[in-house]
Amino acid sequence: MTPIAMDTGALVRGLYCILPEMVVIGTAILVLLADLLLPEEGKKRLCHLSVAGVAAAILSALWLGPGKIEGFSGMIVHDGMGLFFTLTILAAALLTLMMATGYSEWEGTQKGEFYALILLSTSGMLFMAEGTDLMTVFLGLETLSIPIYCLVGFHRGRMRSLEGAMKYFLLGAFSSGFFLYGIALMYAAAGTTRIPVIASMMRDARLYGNPVFLAGIGLLLVGFAFKVSLVPFHMWTPDAYEGAPTLVTAFMGAAVKAAAFAALLRVVLLTFPAILPAMSGVLWVLAALTMTVGNFSALLQNNMKRMLAYSSIAHAGYILVGLTAGGVAGGQAVLFYVLVYAFMNLGAFGVIMLVAQREDDGYDIDNFAGIGFRYPVLGGLLSLFLVSLAGIPPTAGFVGKFYLFGAAVRSGYVGLAVLGVLNSAVSVYYYLRPVVSMYMAPAPEGIPVPRPPRSAFSFALCASAAAVLLLGVMPASALEFAERSVLSLLM
Amino acid sequence: MTLDKFLVVAAALFCCGLYTVMTRRNAVAVLMGVELILNAANINFVAFSHFLSRVMGGQIFAVFVIVLAAAEAAVALAIFLRLFATTGTVEVDTADQLKG
Amino acid sequence: MSGLLASLQFSSPYFPVIVLMAVAVGLSAGFVFLSQWVGPKRYDRTKYSEYECGVDPLTTSTVRISVKFFLVAILFLLFDLETTFLYPWAVLYRSLGLFGFVEMGVFVGILLVGLVYAWKKGALEWQ
Repeated sequence: MTPIAMDTGALVRGLYCILPEMVVIGTAILVLLADLLLPEEGKKRLCHLSVAGVAAAILSALWLGPGKIEGFSGMIVHDGMGLFFTLTILAAALLTLMMATGYSEWEGTQKGEFYALILLSTSGMLFMAEGTDLMTVFLGLETLSIPIYCLVGFHRGRMRSLEGAMKYFLLGAFSSGFFLYGIALMYAAAGTTRIPVIASMMRDARLYGNPVFLAGIGLLLVGFAFKVSLVPFHMWTPDAYEGAPTLVTAFMGAAVKAAAFAALLRVVLLTFPAILPAMSGVLWVLAALTMTVGNFSALLQNNMKRMLAYSSIAHAGYILVGLTAGGVAGGQAVLFYVLVYAFMNLGAFGVIMLVAQREDDGYDIDNFAGIGFRYPVLGGLLSLFLVSLAGIPPTAGFVGKFYLFGAAVRSGYVGLAVLGVLNSAVSVYYYLRPVVSMYMAPAPEGIPVPRPPRSAFSFALCASAAAVLLLGVMPASALEFAERSVLSLLM
Repeated sequence: MTLDKFLVVAAALFCCGLYTVMTRRNAVAVLMGVELILNAANINFVAFSHFLSRVMGGQIFAVFVIVLAAAEAAVALAIFLRLFATTGTVEVDTADQLKG
Repeated sequence: MSGLLASLQFSSPYFPVIVLMAVAVGLSAGFVFLSQWVGPKRYDRTKYSEYECGVDPLTTSTVRISVKFFLVAILFLLFDLETTFLYPWAVLYRSLGLFGFVEMGVFVGILLVGLVYAWKKGALEWQ
């Protein structure tokens, strides 16, 4: 048996490397304990505590910096890319928790376990984004998923919430099984689950020619495809997104997607170059299918939540275009787009949360008729987020798509880029439908009065809008950060 | 005992799980199928770590997976229980309010 | 047919065994079908009951179990399985040193928080 080289120094270095994760988990534990002590009317504090905890985690991540720190004998690494995704995920969690101040009051999620589950799920995402061992990635994936299953079904009396939770669970657990079996097969072929070690072994034809290894990579890819909802593994997405409490839907779209793409990017950028011809074909087809099916299904929707669910499928397809392109340019574009998508998505859901009054039927597009002029701020914000999702300048969505498709063209995937642009053109139709309805349709008599937002809620919306505009007008520094992050991974 | 015997057992278990998930309409039965898939992967991990690699990694992973599967089952059963309390059944087909 | 007969080796030591097996299978199968065919068929309540002899069952076997068992069972399952981690840790305790001790302290601490939470929320009450 090999000697176990664990000493106090290794322990300290490991704990230092997962500082943001520890802060988030510590906050979750504190929230659970405080939930026991606080009286019913003091539950608001739990939300404030969670927001403070996530803010502290962001600070600790910044304090760690972009330098490479390995922990737990290489199971987890805090590098530039880890930092980028950590910040993206934590920002999404922060905005979600800020919106929770209002949402929890209206929808009865003012409970300790709600915040604790969000925080625990966030910690899983961070582990997934920083895991350099397939097993760490798997554990992160499960730590992320299990609280999300609970959150989707959090409205215990609402049939649709439970139904969404059941469907999400069944397919999610199924995909976890695929994921794990894929890891097992890769372990069989390579004898290790470390991503960098597998990557360095990939130069050997005996490994990438090994059918067991290829089957393992295939199963792993299917598991990832379920999690980031690529067609044809997307069946759960619209149902889970529509059924879940809207705040959870927003969180899922922004943060879960970021974490899954972080791990996928690490695997693809490091191990795929050796088997590129075989794999890029697979990714090409997946990206093309996902964009097309997502966009054309979204055209048919009348429910805003469901429409945004299909739009999130389409956006996964756009991001996959960047992954297919690969290399530094592709990776940079993916990182930037994941960040931008988090803000656009959270912002759009935040506004429709305010306008819709009832959880099930309040999200019909007809419900938005006429609010544009009656409530100019809400109308303007929603229009901004939808325009950015459609990828129209001067918003961040345009810059993101420009870099994604640009990377595809540079890597020689012109056809895929053209398909992406055509798809974006189609998507303009359904993104502008609510905008047209808000400004052009005559307001009905009993026009719904939006909920009065709490100050933290308004701040979260304004911050998202500012980020979307700022990243659209001055994307240089964020793009440079993304590029350095990808370079730090490939070095 | 050789490695390929373990692999055959694991692959057979994986296929059983897959078949269960695909064909059964009862949510609890589907959950059982998922557990079979996870256990198939576990057999692989332990077998590979015993026969191929000098370190214990695979066997540790199996322990992690067992615990994760339990946590997953706990959450799943809680969801199914609420569904049963609302609709009186856990058949997958009866949950059809969400579509489009 | 003659080829098959010729291939049979009557002197083989296994030949009696094969004959015995054929007779045994044929007889037992034959008796089952024979009793099915000639035996009288009478069905009544006693015949249809779960047990033809012994104590009568008090209730049906598909009784609903109280949901209270579910919570206890799940809590037991989770805390029981977490002890899986304790065994490898205990075996290697000496070589892991302080590292292992702190790790396990954190792990058990988190479990303890879970237990306190379940307790205070009333999951362990049995009203």
